[in-house]
Amino acid sequence: MVQYNFKKITVVPSGKDFIDIILSRTQRQTPTVVHKGYAISRLRQFYMRKVKYTQQNFHEKLSTIIEEFPRLDDIHPFYGDLLHVLYNKDHYKLALGQVNTARNLISKISKDYVKLLKYGDSLYRCKSLKVAALGRMCTVIKRIGPSLAYLEQIRQHMARLPSIDPNTRTILICGYPNVGKSSFINKITRADVDVQPYAFTTKSLFVGHTDYKYLRYQVIDTPGILDRPFEDRNIIEMCSITALAHLRAAVLFFLDISGSCGYSIAQQAALFHSIKSLFMNKPLIIVCNKTDLQPLEGISEEDMKLIMEMKAEAVKTVIGQGGEPTNDEGVLLTMSTLTEEGVIAVKNAACERLLDQRVELKMKSKKINDCLNRFHVAIPKPRDQKERPPCIPQAVLEAKAKQAAEKEKRKTEKDLEDENGGAGVYSASLRKHYILANEEWKEDVLPEILDGHNIYDFIDPDILQKLEELEREEGARLEDEENEDFEMDGEELTPKEQAALAEIRKKKSLLIQEHRMKKSTAESRSIVPRKFDKDRKFTTERMGRQLSALGLDPSLAINRARSRSLSRRGRKRERSLDRGDNDAGDAMDMDVDQQNKKLRMRSRSRSRSKSRPPSEVAPGEGFKDSAQKVKALKLAKKSVKKRNKDARRGEADRVIPTLKPKHLFSGKRSIGKTQRR
Amino acid sequence: MRLEKCWFCSSTVYPGHGIQFVRNDAKIFRFCRSKCHKNFKMKRNPRKVKWTKAYRRLHGKDMTQDSTFEFERKRNRPERYDRNLAENTLKAIKKIDKVRSNREAKHIEKRMKGKKSKERREAAKELEQSIHMVKPPSILAQDPSLTLPKIKVKVSRQQTEENHAMEE
Repeated sequence: MVQYNFKKITVVPSGKDFIDIILSRTQRQTPTVVHKGYAISRLRQFYMRKVKYTQQNFHEKLSTIIEEFPRLDDIHPFYGDLLHVLYNKDHYKLALGQVNTARNLISKISKDYVKLLKYGDSLYRCKSLKVAALGRMCTVIKRIGPSLAYLEQIRQHMARLPSIDPNTRTILICGYPNVGKSSFINKITRADVDVQPYAFTTKSLFVGHTDYKYLRYQVIDTPGILDRPFEDRNIIEMCSITALAHLRAAVLFFLDISGSCGYSIAQQAALFHSIKSLFMNKPLIIVCNKTDLQPLEGISEEDMKLIMEMKAEAVKTVIGQGGEPTNDEGVLLTMSTLTEEGVIAVKNAACERLLDQRVELKMKSKKINDCLNRFHVAIPKPRDQKERPPCIPQAVLEAKAKQAAEKEKRKTEKDLEDENGGAGVYSASLRKHYILANEEWKEDVLPEILDGHNIYDFIDPDILQKLEELEREEGARLEDEENEDFEMDGEELTPKEQAALAEIRKKKSLLIQEHRMKKSTAESRSIVPRKFDKDRKFTTERMGRQLSALGLDPSLAINRARSRSLSRRGRKRERSLDRGDNDAGDAMDMDVDQQNKKLRMRSRSRSRSKSRPPSEVAPGEGFKDSAQKVKALKLAKKSVKKRNKDARRGEADRVIPTLKPKHLFSGKRSIGKTQRR
Repeated sequence: MRLEKCWFCSSTVYPGHGIQFVRNDAKIFRFCRSKCHKNFKMKRNPRKVKWTKAYRRLHGKDMTQDSTFEFERKRNRPERYDRNLAENTLKAIKKIDKVRSNREAKHIEKRMKGKKSKERREAAKELEQSIHMVKPPSILAQDPSLTLPKIKVKVSRQQTEENHAMEE
């Protein structure tokens, strides 16, 4: 029940504190750093998160407030009325309603601003939106500040309410102020209520506990009630009225016979009659207190008459309970708390009356079984010595005997196991009870795997049939195959043709290889026209070889090529000049010989028996003379040297393999200071 | 005890080999060796990995549909034991195996069938088209057979003498 959780309501912070708490939490728990250079979606997300986070926190805290404060309609009417009396029900509901509206408003604000933030296009705009959102939420909370303060007050007061269980055994003490109610409760329980000579010392309900017949009773002390019309009653009196109205308790109405409370018996009787409607269905006891000052017998007749009237009323309640009308022992009692005379008697009487009433009710209700332990079965006293045993019919006895016999006869597997050596030695044969077509098959072991197949996958009652079909199919297929086994064998190549094909393929593969090599080096190789043939690849001899490999006569082609070559052309002019100077035959012979010799030498030098020295200028290279070429080579080498030392592949190689090689940037020197690296 | 199929390569997993992986939806993947397991973890599709049975079946390299496959089916209801049936089954398994392997071999043979004739045709075509690489057209005109030229002309000595003659 909610009653005991009034102490567990969380503290309601004031408006300002509330705002501070939430805003500082938002600042701590969400990321704080943002720059205007971030992507716009990131900025938006950043601010949206803040707005949402703030809203969530507000929502959480306000929801806890709303849920933890009790709903006056859901709790026991005693507490409901008490809370209404103490803090006006309407005000209370209004306050909680305001908190609820605040919560909804904040949710709405957050939704709207998040929607706007989705379209924020700059940091500044998003930030202003967020500031606006948070500002609005905080104003909402500021507006409900007074409600929050009120709720906090209520919470503090509620936490100090006495924990009264409305359903257990309760004894209620009521009467005029100063009649001795608090002293009574101090005497019978461990409660320590203030007792003072002035009226309204007790301003609220107090609870004490006492025991009677191994049961615990709640004793509730109420503030004094004055005899006033209902509407004029103040809050303190209303507390006791509420208690009287809602708690099912035994009521002890205290009477001060001596009049030292300041009110006469007549006044007290008047009060009694005005609130007797509240005593309906409750065991009522009229207690005359302060008998040490004024014994009951010594009072005046009118007072006696009034008291008798009250007693009559009280007796009516006894009748209502189903007790005997003539038994008026427990109805009017006297005691003195000062001398402690009769205090225990009063308590006992009250407890007894209450117990009786509750037992009556329980007997009438269906919960009688819960109370069964309080009942007692009476065994009649034996009137003679005759034995009267229980009577069991014969049939039942026979059936029982048969059952017992059956149990003994059957031999269980466990018995078998025990006979043959126990658990570790004997292993029960699980196959004993198999139902098979032939009993001999019980101990058969079927393998599970054969040749890479699971045998259980093949087991089929129709397997023989299927196998026959398969064999027939197979036979048919084999026949078909044999008939089909013809193949056209016509186009076989002769060995010579095959040799030619092989030659063709070899040439093709060579071409492909050359092309691949050329392709891969094409980028780094400059294309030089054939007339500047440094490597002397394209010679007439080569041509001659190739042509003769094909089966052609190369001599014509060679002659033609030679007659056309540049050096030959050069030679031709020289020869014609020389012709004029020398004698005809010998000179010509000599010339021819010389020429031939030179030709031969030339041609020899053209075939690559000796490489060209580096300083010799080839005609196509573009150098003036060999000195220039040598200088060019020197310059080239010089420019490359530095790069090679840096292990760079070329001009464009700017790779730094390690930016900060450790050995240059760390370590101590063996001697000296490390002031520079 | 059961022989299972590897999920990746479809080979049989014998007891004591391989790894079984159970996914959160309770599907069990069995692998015959770590090669298949690692391929699976790399999320490779066995239908695209050349050496698996799934690929071979999908691309028609191996036999897909056959009546011999019907014999081997996972049966969920156990049959009552019958010795004769068991004997017959054991014999049948061997025969079925033989038939199946024959049929598979035939399938592969059929697949390869047309290759020889195709190769021959291609060789003949190549020879005819590229004969000019080894045989100059002049000789081809004289001797139209598709073989290497027979005579090799010896050149060196005669040539210089000829030049000599020309110069004069």
